[in-house]
Amino acid sequence: MPKFSAFVRTMIVGTLLLLVMVACQNEPPLPAQPPPPTATPGPDVDAVKREVVSNYADGVHALYSKSLASAMIMDQAIDIFLSDPTPSSLEGAKRAWLRARDDYGPTEAFRFYGGPIDNEEDGPEGLLNAWPMDESYIDYVEGNADAGVINNPDEFPVIDAALIESLNEEGGEENVSTGWHAIEFLLWGQDMNENGPGSRPVEDYTTAANADRRSTYLAVTSDLLLVHLGQMVDAWAPGDSGNYRAEFMGMDSGEALTNIITGIGELSRGELAGERMTVAYEARSQEDEHSCFSDNTTADIVGNARGIQMVFTGNYGVVSGTGVRDLVAITDPGLADQLTMEIDQSVALAAAIPSPFDLHLRETIANDEPGRAAVLRTIVALEDQTDTIVAAAEAVGVTITVS
Amino acid sequence: MSAPSGISADDWRRLGIFSLAVSVVVLAAVLVVFAVNRASPTAEIVLVEELGGDTTAFTTTRNAFGLPARNLERDGRRTFAVGNSFFRQNWVTAPASTAARDGLGPTFNAQSCSSCHTLDGRGKPPDSLDDPERGLLFRLSIPGTGSNGGPKPDPVYGGQLQDRAVLLTPVEGRMIVKYREIPGQFDDGETYSLRSPTYEIGDLSFGPLHPDVMLSPRVAPVVVGMGLLEAIPESAILALADPGDASGDGISGRPNMVWDARRGELVLGRFGWKANQPTVEQQTAGAFLGDIGITSGLFSQENCPEAQRECLETLNGGSPEIPDDRLAQVVFYTQTLAVPAMRDVDDPQVARGAKLFAKAGCNMCHTPSYTTGEHPIGAVSHQTIYPYTDLLLHDMGEGLADGATDFDASGREWRTPPLWGIGLVKTVNGHTMFLHDGRARNLLEAIMWHGGEAEESKEEFEGFTKEERDALIKFLESL
Repeated sequence: MPKFSAFVRTMIVGTLLLLVMVACQNEPPLPAQPPPPTATPGPDVDAVKREVVSNYADGVHALYSKSLASAMIMDQAIDIFLSDPTPSSLEGAKRAWLRARDDYGPTEAFRFYGGPIDNEEDGPEGLLNAWPMDESYIDYVEGNADAGVINNPDEFPVIDAALIESLNEEGGEENVSTGWHAIEFLLWGQDMNENGPGSRPVEDYTTAANADRRSTYLAVTSDLLLVHLGQMVDAWAPGDSGNYRAEFMGMDSGEALTNIITGIGELSRGELAGERMTVAYEARSQEDEHSCFSDNTTADIVGNARGIQMVFTGNYGVVSGTGVRDLVAITDPGLADQLTMEIDQSVALAAAIPSPFDLHLRETIANDEPGRAAVLRTIVALEDQTDTIVAAAEAVGVTITVS
Repeated sequence: MSAPSGISADDWRRLGIFSLAVSVVVLAAVLVVFAVNRASPTAEIVLVEELGGDTTAFTTTRNAFGLPARNLERDGRRTFAVGNSFFRQNWVTAPASTAARDGLGPTFNAQSCSSCHTLDGRGKPPDSLDDPERGLLFRLSIPGTGSNGGPKPDPVYGGQLQDRAVLLTPVEGRMIVKYREIPGQFDDGETYSLRSPTYEIGDLSFGPLHPDVMLSPRVAPVVVGMGLLEAIPESAILALADPGDASGDGISGRPNMVWDARRGELVLGRFGWKANQPTVEQQTAGAFLGDIGITSGLFSQENCPEAQRECLETLNGGSPEIPDDRLAQVVFYTQTLAVPAMRDVDDPQVARGAKLFAKAGCNMCHTPSYTTGEHPIGAVSHQTIYPYTDLLLHDMGEGLADGATDFDASGREWRTPPLWGIGLVKTVNGHTMFLHDGRARNLLEAIMWHGGEAEESKEEFEGFTKEERDALIKFLESL
């Protein structure tokens, strides 16, 4: 074998030499060299990198703060509902959930690099946004009226934060009993309507069996959500030498940029186009969507797509400054423009998906039906822009690997 | 010799093209011969980055085991994404709104594939009795042969201990793992310690186990490269077999002929710690049922032995709980997870380690390289790969024996596991617990547990100098 390999190598080398010889002979005469470009003082790339990183940290902090603020309003609306459960106070709580959800969506662009939200040790991502919900682990479902922790006081006499957190520990890598979708389930109930969201009766919180336990569960879960969002705000708060932000700002700017761009690249294709949209599109199971109880999935998708846009442009709404785009534009203005356009396009396409999203997942819907086609167009746009995001990373001197 | 003056530049170019053509023909002929030669597995260790051929992913992040084959096209990537979702996300109790994802249990070991194969990587045994770690399970069998020649399950607890269950259904029991330290010493005086496990089952819900029950602990392995292993021509694996050790080198290598549920016959087993599964599909469907409690077209009966009344009465998530097309997507995902590239290929210490690996004869079972054949998935077909396994059974000695038979595998035999990706387990899974039950706390301990047919290799390693041992470990860590 080794001898054989040596022979092959010799042959390859010989062939390559011949190729070079032939190629050289065919080469046209070199054109006259253009004069070297006039030396203009280019932007200080390292300084721009530091600006991008620092503006990102400001943006992350601002968006988690905003998310916490609207979640607190939701928590208050839930308290008002629980102190006086009426159809109108239930509507108030649902509206507050939808509003708060809008602010959470863009923050998902800060995942996928082991930062505060999803690091292995104590990242609360799974506690905040676990999906799918194990509904009947929490409460009754169609087909099983006695299901769940709420309806089993003998097994679980006291419902409190300690219990809910301990249930989550049982779940291995992920968990099922708290977070946005648990609150959503407790407010809306299962979605049994083909054309609209779930409609949990107010009686679940007044006269129905275990109404008091259900109220407690909802209140506790909402409180836990605030705790976990608060941890994110603290992790990114300026002026704390011991938090993650301090560590992040202390990183080599290349490493920080790798994290920043990995976050939007992975969200764009693997998570949003793949996990959240392609899976739903292909599985054709009507409730195989993220906000299946409230039918808020289209808004969730737009929120995620906007998160990508914010990180790229550096404009986080409440905070605005140097973004990844500015850095890309230094070395490759054409690429920066292209990605700007592609991201604008994917956000617009996502926003154009007719709501509710789950209508496009029904088995009877043809692929060319406008809503379903809009889903696929958005998937393709997100996939395409991911290739450009990877190229943009290369352009700024870092390599990212995304699904 | 100088060129006669009558020859023009054009003539030279023609001569060049002619020579090139001749070279190409000769090279092609050589490559054909070479390729035929390469179709058989090779014991030669070649250090290349692309351990998985064109599927290889160049990454060293925590997601190093989770990427799609690099040569996968857009359609394949979409199927991969769907499969990934059903591999990664939790299955939930039936009935649920997410009807595609319900049917968990009634009894189970884990809520998702990734509960144990965390980040498509390797599980580990629990650190303590109340550690919620989901990386280990116990297979149960009693003497004799079950249906289709496989292990005979415990009459009350079945073929696997399920230590979790949906609400209001009793769990079968609880795994208890205890260790004691066995000190050892290399020839140069450096000491080490091996952790010898004992396994018991506590809190049994349905009375005692069969008195002769055999208990086989198994930890969740890394999932990368499964499609490539499936694409290795059967003939290449069988060519390595030496069941009666006719070669007299002390190493047998036995194929495990196991039941293929789809084909309804005994075929070569490739997957699982005892090579007891013939295909990625059957391995996946088997794990869905045994580990998560999800029925499929291939295994349509819920895993509820007769004695377990609550289990039998629990609502299911449809029949089957995972439909054929969905199962196929998860199988595709598993088949196309990319093998991560080798690191430090040019490091002299790695090269030295590779030589020592061969010197100790490790490559006699950890066969370095193959060329894959035709596979339904184009991305894994016709790839030169470096998995470092022969996929055959070997007697690994009393120390590692579980005493449980599994088709042709004896209680002392285990399948040679692939080594690709082994150096990234620490990065991805944050631990270095190796072997079938995770008893080895690092690669060195894993080597020192080798016995039986690997005894000589181990002794050779034992006699290495510290510098040599370090080099060999460094080589493994670069894979």
